[in-house]
Amino acid sequence: MIRDITVGQYYPSESTIHDLDPRFKIIASFIYMISIFAVESIIGYGVVTLFIVFLIKMSKIPIKYILKGLKPIMLIIIFAFVINVFFTPGKVIFEYRIIKVTSEGLYRGFFMAIRLVFLIIGTSLLTLTTSPLKLTDGIEKLLNPFKKIGLPAHELAMMMTISLRFIPTLLEETDKIMKAQMARGADFESGSIVNRAKGLIPLLVPLFISAFQRADDLAMAMEARCYRGGDNRTQLKVLKYTRKDLIGSFVLILYVASLFAFKMVW
Amino acid sequence: MIKTDKLNFEYDDGSFKLENIDINIDDGEFVVIIGHNGSGKSTLAKLFNGIYLPNSGKIYVNKMDTSDEELIWEIRKSAGMIFQNPDNQIVATIVEDDVAFGPENLAIERSEIRNRVDKSLKTVGMFDYINKPTTSLSGGQKQRVAIAGILAMQPKCIILDEPTAMLDPVGRKDVMRTIHKLNKEEKITIVHITHFMNEAVDADRIIVMDQGKKIMEGTPKEIFSRVKDVRNLGLDVPQVTLLAHMLKDEGINIDDDIIKIDEMVEKLCQLK
Amino acid sequence: MSIKIENLSYIYDQGMPFETIAVDNISFDIENGEFVGIIGHTGSGKSTLIQTINGLYKPSKGKIFINDIDLTDKKVKKSDIRKKVGLVFQYPEYQLFEETVYKDIAFGPKNLNLKADEIDIRVKESMKLVGLDFEKLNEVSPFELSGGQKRRVAIAGVLAMNPEVLILDEPTAGLDPKARDEILKQIEILNKKKKVTVLLVSHSMEEVANLVDRLIVLDKGKKVLDGDVRSVFKEYELLTDIGLGVPQVTELINKLNLRGCNIKETVLNVEEAKNAILKQLRGDSND
Repeated sequence: MIRDITVGQYYPSESTIHDLDPRFKIIASFIYMISIFAVESIIGYGVVTLFIVFLIKMSKIPIKYILKGLKPIMLIIIFAFVINVFFTPGKVIFEYRIIKVTSEGLYRGFFMAIRLVFLIIGTSLLTLTTSPLKLTDGIEKLLNPFKKIGLPAHELAMMMTISLRFIPTLLEETDKIMKAQMARGADFESGSIVNRAKGLIPLLVPLFISAFQRADDLAMAMEARCYRGGDNRTQLKVLKYTRKDLIGSFVLILYVASLFAFKMVW
Repeated sequence: MIKTDKLNFEYDDGSFKLENIDINIDDGEFVVIIGHNGSGKSTLAKLFNGIYLPNSGKIYVNKMDTSDEELIWEIRKSAGMIFQNPDNQIVATIVEDDVAFGPENLAIERSEIRNRVDKSLKTVGMFDYINKPTTSLSGGQKQRVAIAGILAMQPKCIILDEPTAMLDPVGRKDVMRTIHKLNKEEKITIVHITHFMNEAVDADRIIVMDQGKKIMEGTPKEIFSRVKDVRNLGLDVPQVTLLAHMLKDEGINIDDDIIKIDEMVEKLCQLK
Repeated sequence: MSIKIENLSYIYDQGMPFETIAVDNISFDIENGEFVGIIGHTGSGKSTLIQTINGLYKPSKGKIFINDIDLTDKKVKKSDIRKKVGLVFQYPEYQLFEETVYKDIAFGPKNLNLKADEIDIRVKESMKLVGLDFEKLNEVSPFELSGGQKRRVAIAGVLAMNPEVLILDEPTAGLDPKARDEILKQIEILNKKKKVTVLLVSHSMEEVANLVDRLIVLDKGKKVLDGDVRSVFKEYELLTDIGLGVPQVTELINKLNLRGCNIKETVLNVEEAKNAILKQLRGDSND
């Protein structure tokens, strides 16, 4: 299950999408997110579909890999669909006892599911094509203007980098401790909720201790490498808008414009 | 390069002491500090890097006093440090970004960082992994990336605190080969802290620690030939050294300061 | 307690692009009371193999029999297997979590739903087995102990389950020579006196040479050698090829033979090397 989560993962590959400036990609993702909730017509979704398929093709990430990321949230998507189908009032097209299916419900449920799918694909595309370092760098730069009002942009970004760096390590550790306690007869899977929560203590205590130890070690290692916070620090990789970002913005404008255009016509 | 003068140190809770330590490590030397857990060897390393400060006595790194707060970053720049756990000293998710971390902190110009990162990774033999995620590396490879990260800060000296303790034999060999190369080719002073005796045979000098004191000091041959003393401390000697000793006890005419296999082969072939 | 492994394979991410075969068609039998070393370097599949034997992984192919009970049979309860096969993980001190040494060691027996007085007996017995002083340490927090002591507490925690087979994954990793020798000695006693079947996973040839009866060598998921220690050490070249090497003295004798000596014995330790060389030297002078 843990292996199935693609949101937040990076898929190294050489593509134009990978090369785009993370700041541009973050902003574009926001615009994209707004767009999928603004669109209401089938034609509109056709445009979104074309756009996202185009992006996936450009990113050179296997479509299978992206779809795998949908698996863990399939339940939520189905739930959203069902809720809308059964609880939207309107013209009843099917009825069995208290269950009523309306055509409006079908329509809304379908769109809600599609929206969620597009939302997940879009956001995972951002993280899949942007290395964690670039992503945090992009966030730091976008937050920079807020530094003046006391927002610690660099520290926030550094915290994010380190979290991303340690997620795989801690997941592996969780797996290991869990197995070690199972070998001592621990049971994480059955029993009442209270018992299960209690059963987590043998997992959580060692995990916390190890995480603190790691944090302590890391802090020492960073200091030994002369880390003194964000001031007076240079960077190997400096973000620079390139021609690709310019082309990217044109594509984005085109996308938004066509959504508007179709909305006007229909 | 590193000099301590009547160094004394005690943890706040009084749990551990270092007593009256005088050590002098020359430029370009390869020194191994050996001792079992709790002998004080790791504490010493942290004192060299200014992570801990002495209760009394002085430590000079590159002629700089570690207790002078103004010099601390200069000291850390000239004496880099590698720790035991390879997982807990890598900051970034991509190899080259991690190597760049140190130079970035030193506010070095970008094109220069690029040069240093490439060169350091080539020196430790990890250039092929430059764009790889750090989590995909083996323990030995992680340690070599960590070494590259220190190298990119262009230190005069590298202190390694049990860098091989958590590695398998292959990783251990790779790390040892790398630090010997740095010492020979880049003329970097190496202070290698370990409890593996076989990592000490190629050193210029060995310092043996026990219960917070320096109790032996000398060339590998001088130290290992004191087989009984070393074993009494709970440390190993190379098997061939032990063998030479036993053969000598049996009345065979053989030197008891043999520390390498090939040396032993030569000696025994001469006897025949 | 005997273990029988038949054509065992384990594949990670089966059917995915990153599919890797960790254990590749391995078969072997282990008799009751044997002391077996499993040797291989990182990635040889040794850790995956032992976790399959403990029932933590379900094999992709093949069968595992523990005392003629088929582990791959769905009807067999995994918890019953884990009662009989104790597994000590690498760096087991990371699994300690209780306030006192006593409570931590009692965790396993408690999961077996034993009575308090039985648990008490087991805790005392297993502390004794790993050489920890019960009176002095049972009320101490395990986190205040030294590295070597922590590891013993963790091993005692597994021993308290009274396993008939004990599997240890690199129990000496990261320890200094003194702590290492002490732990190995305790494991030896466990095998010789308590007749526990022991599988010791290691990547150090010097460590196992004097300890185990039999060696199984793994490389890239496959079993490449299996036999008594001496016969395995004869395969000097193969062992060096797969990056494992042999103890210094074994290598020494090999090199001497290349230089014209004729030492037929495979030596495992310094004592044996001394005798072989003395025989050679004195034998020569007698000619």
